Amino acid sequence: MSTPSTSAIIVAPHRVGAMVLRYLYLLRSSWTRLLELIYWPAVQLFVWGFLQFYIAQNSGFFARASGVFIAAVLMWDVLFRGQLGFSVSFLEEMWSRNLTNLMISPLRPIEFVCALMTMSLIRLAIGMLPVTFLAIAFFGFNVYSLGLALAAFFVNLILTSWAVGIVVAGVLLRNGMGAESLAWTLMFVLMPLACVYYPVSVLPDWLQVIAWMLPPTYVFEGMRALLMEHVVRVDLMVEAFALNALYFVAGVFAFLQLLKGARRVGSLLQTGE
Amino acid sequence: MSKAVEPVIAVDQLVKLYKTTTAVDGISFALERGSITGLLGGNGAGKTTTIAMIMGLVMPTSGTVRVLGAEMPRQRYQVLHEMNFESPYVDMPHRLTVRQNLKVFGLLYAVEDLNDRIASVARELDLTEFLDRPTGKLSAGQKTRVALAKALINSPRVLLLDEPTASLDPDTADWVRGHLERFRKERGATVLLASHNMAEVERLCERVIIMKRGRIEDDDTPQRLLVRYGRRTLEEVFLDVARGRGETREAAQ
Repeated sequence: MSTPSTSAIIVAPHRVGAMVLRYLYLLRSSWTRLLELIYWPAVQLFVWGFLQFYIAQNSGFFARASGVFIAAVLMWDVLFRGQLGFSVSFLEEMWSRNLTNLMISPLRPIEFVCALMTMSLIRLAIGMLPVTFLAIAFFGFNVYSLGLALAAFFVNLILTSWAVGIVVAGVLLRNGMGAESLAWTLMFVLMPLACVYYPVSVLPDWLQVIAWMLPPTYVFEGMRALLMEHVVRVDLMVEAFALNALYFVAGVFAFLQLLKGARRVGSLLQTGE
Repeated sequence: MSKAVEPVIAVDQLVKLYKTTTAVDGISFALERGSITGLLGGNGAGKTTTIAMIMGLVMPTSGTVRVLGAEMPRQRYQVLHEMNFESPYVDMPHRLTVRQNLKVFGLLYAVEDLNDRIASVARELDLTEFLDRPTGKLSAGQKTRVALAKALINSPRVLLLDEPTASLDPDTADWVRGHLERFRKERGATVLLASHNMAEVERLCERVIIMKRGRIEDDDTPQRLLVRYGRRTLEEVFLDVARGRGETREAAQ
């Protein structure tokens, strides 16, 4: 007989697949959901892309740093949409009042999390791939030319987005739909500190300490180093990865504790406000 | 002497406190294999919390729940594939078709020959013509049958039902009861049914547990309850218990 701690970490691919299938059915049934995935990243790209054009025409510095705003907005979208993809899939269960059915099924929390991570990647691919091609077509910026560095940026950003998404899901389980706004807004707390569009050095010293606690800060600094100085900062990526590993494990732990709390206070029975 | 068979559901001194409210207050009962038991009680009597603790959805404050020998919620993954639940207060995803919903839950429960099982459960519940319609576009009665199809997709050994016929018209409700009776007989499943519908409980259940303010007020067969309370219907018995008339009569005797 398996112990509870062991059984909690067993992952059955068929159950993860079942949940992914459920979300794919949902996406397929709703063209508005599909459109929404592309709409905002495309709008962001055009706003920042034209702004980059304008500034580059009037500043030699930005003319040399071609594509830095567009790369930043694309990377920010990986971070934000990655978390949103995770959280919205989770919210779908609460909106459809289906969470109880899942919680009494053999689906384990870790399998649920795996399915949400998979959906985060799928939703990101649907939303971001067309936008990267738009960036090439309209602004001549090819994000894929960043090569292996792009992979390192992506892995670090998606790990942060999942860590945040997991904690948000736990808070929703524990506190119900009253906490829904967290799913839409929490990532924006990180935005000024992660230094998406400006270097960390512009922050006051005390705020820089906080900024360096966030893995995305390393990614955006690394991205600027690559685009403006043509230097690949492996050290930054390794540090970001180490921080991400820490936050991801902490996120999963927090999720399991919040789920336990939800069982204690009975909030899995009432997933409304 | 033969060794006693372990009950399918064993609830022992179960307590659930929510801050200052006592939802369930030290209840104990055991359900044998193949039995169908009604859990009666007014609103706030503790029925839903009891069922939730049996499913492992809510953690008891004290006491124990064992289902098929597994302690809930600690060992729930050993038995959840053998259980299922239906309630009109829990929805199925509306945008998915009936077939898609049944497929997702069939995969979660690792049902073998899933397509055949979906076809067979749809036939039994008269859902074949609705299989490819979005669940949200069905009538209340049809949705209840879909929820029941989901609850039966894994042919559970333990079936928990929370007011399964609430908001159904009498004809559909009767049809659902008939199906539950058949399923229980054919599968030998153990069924626990929380309901406000006394006629339903009288028809389906061989045992009735009446709860009030988190406690078990009475626990017997419907026939013996009628005799003991000197009443003609379970509804009258229920009203006696709910309004404390049973206690008054016992005190007078």
